[in-house]
Amino acid sequence: MQQATAVALRARSRRHPGDAVFAAVAKLSGLFVLLLLGSLIVTLFVGGLPAFRRFGLGFLVSDDWDPVKQVFGALVPIYGTLLTSVLALVFAVPVSFGIALFLTELAPQWMRRPVGTAIELLAAIPSIIYGMWGFFVIVPIISQDVQPHIIDTLDGIPVLQDLFAGPPFGTGLLTAAMILALMVVPFIAATMRDVFETVPAVFKESAYGLGCTMWEVTRSIVLPYTRASVVGGIMLGLGRALGETMAVTFVIGNADRISTSLFGPGNTIASIVALEFPESPAGSLKLSSLMALGFILFMISFAVLAASRALLRPGLKASA
Amino acid sequence: MSGHAAASMAMPGPARNLAVSRALGRRRQRVSLLVKGLSVAATVIALLLLASILFTLLWRGGTGLSVAVFTEMTRAPGSNGGLLNAIVGSLIQTALGTLIGTPIGLMVGTYLAEYGRGSPVAGAVRFVADILLSAPSILIGLFIYELVVEPWGGFSAIAGSLALAVIVIPIVVRTTEDMLRLIPATLREAVMALGAPKWKMIVLVCYRAARQGIATGILLAIARVAGETAPLLFTSLGNLNWSVSLTKPMASLPLTIYQYAGSAFDDWVQLAWVGALLITIGVLAINISARLLLRVEK
Repeated sequence: MQQATAVALRARSRRHPGDAVFAAVAKLSGLFVLLLLGSLIVTLFVGGLPAFRRFGLGFLVSDDWDPVKQVFGALVPIYGTLLTSVLALVFAVPVSFGIALFLTELAPQWMRRPVGTAIELLAAIPSIIYGMWGFFVIVPIISQDVQPHIIDTLDGIPVLQDLFAGPPFGTGLLTAAMILALMVVPFIAATMRDVFETVPAVFKESAYGLGCTMWEVTRSIVLPYTRASVVGGIMLGLGRALGETMAVTFVIGNADRISTSLFGPGNTIASIVALEFPESPAGSLKLSSLMALGFILFMISFAVLAASRALLRPGLKASA
Repeated sequence: MSGHAAASMAMPGPARNLAVSRALGRRRQRVSLLVKGLSVAATVIALLLLASILFTLLWRGGTGLSVAVFTEMTRAPGSNGGLLNAIVGSLIQTALGTLIGTPIGLMVGTYLAEYGRGSPVAGAVRFVADILLSAPSILIGLFIYELVVEPWGGFSAIAGSLALAVIVIPIVVRTTEDMLRLIPATLREAVMALGAPKWKMIVLVCYRAARQGIATGILLAIARVAGETAPLLFTSLGNLNWSVSLTKPMASLPLTIYQYAGSAFDDWVQLAWVGALLITIGVLAINISARLLLRVEK
């Protein structure tokens, strides 16, 4: 059948020259997308080349960022990017899991759609709105109500005291991670919900029939069945968190050093690029360093997103 | 067999001892109840945070809403300007970005669904489109900066629109391919059997059958780029004066919000909230109508 169609199509294409043109345009558009990503990678790399040449591999491990001395290193923003993104996942994964469970197992049928849509709308709100909301609503709460208590409570406890030390400005790595968590929750929750729904009802019914509780069904049937896709959804969230710019820029505190305290200020790759770009004239070493940072960010996101896709592909497509 | 039965009889297990069985059952129920409670709590927290964002926007933005916002330009701090140039700039760049990106995305989606099934090139295109879909938008800004802004004489609205177009493409690709794949093969075969060329089958029948889905994708793309800030920072730069020239820097709502929200002037911060309210209402309205559109079809 398939083959017969193919033969017929080939015969047709000779009779209809329009077909060849349309097919060529479609294929060229496809190749254009390949070219787009290829040139994005090359452009960022070439833009960052002067910085890579000047600093070599040391660029990756240097924590200097001194525009006056023209010395730039990537360690601080890389550290900030990874730390905030991973912390964001620590907050976001349990919450997303809870939401997905609620939407697939607990909520009455009439409630699922409106609640699911509301969660998805969180993903539609522009990044800059999260930034403003975080800066004007969350930061004051953290600096006045959360930080002083935590600092007082942990005072004198060896490791924890350093982890949460510092003046209570409200901005910093932890705040950024919290805002990021809220921003990636809709992506992770939607993916988890969609893959949980792919578990055949018979499996779950059998387990319920044996007397399993909801949690036992989830742990022993749903999670093992969807494990790869769940991890894929989490990686998708990580990929989103890594490159998030505007929201982080508002609340990260903008500091060019590594802070051992989670309340301390920092920078992510995306935020330092956004903040420093206006002061980086074309052709300067600083601009090249920003491009090099962009290239590094792209490589990290690419690896994470590719892994996410590989895990999600058999089960489900990543939702936009 | 009998040995197994004897062993289990000797052990005080749940099957033999009702007290153990009851305690175990209660524990299992308690754990499950705890998980249920935490799930509900997680959902409530997320919904409350969404409500908090919307309420803050309405409260802080709503109080500054006035006719002047829509009729006057951005002005120096203290002189009560409006957001007209930012609103117009956003509309122009979003429209232009969508107009450039949509046809390309549509053709790529068509290629993936109608021509490239199973081919390795199509697999690569699909992979790259998926990566672009989630790639950090700030990098797309840097890319267009290096490619367009630096060699072609500076920041411009057209560069901003190109950056937005790069974001539009993968969104339209994704929905177009998904929607075209939903069309049953029998429909295609019926059209072919009538002797129609393939391109006519695609344009006149497949696009028409999938038009609501494709329109949804385009709407979602518009909603996404309307709120994009990071890629515009390096491309259209922003402009505090009135300008509709495509070759000059152009204002846009997200950039104006970014600039004003971080300023030290109360009236600028107030205007930033108004802008934030406007853009959120716009983006959410487009999003919800896109969902309704798709639901009507099903």
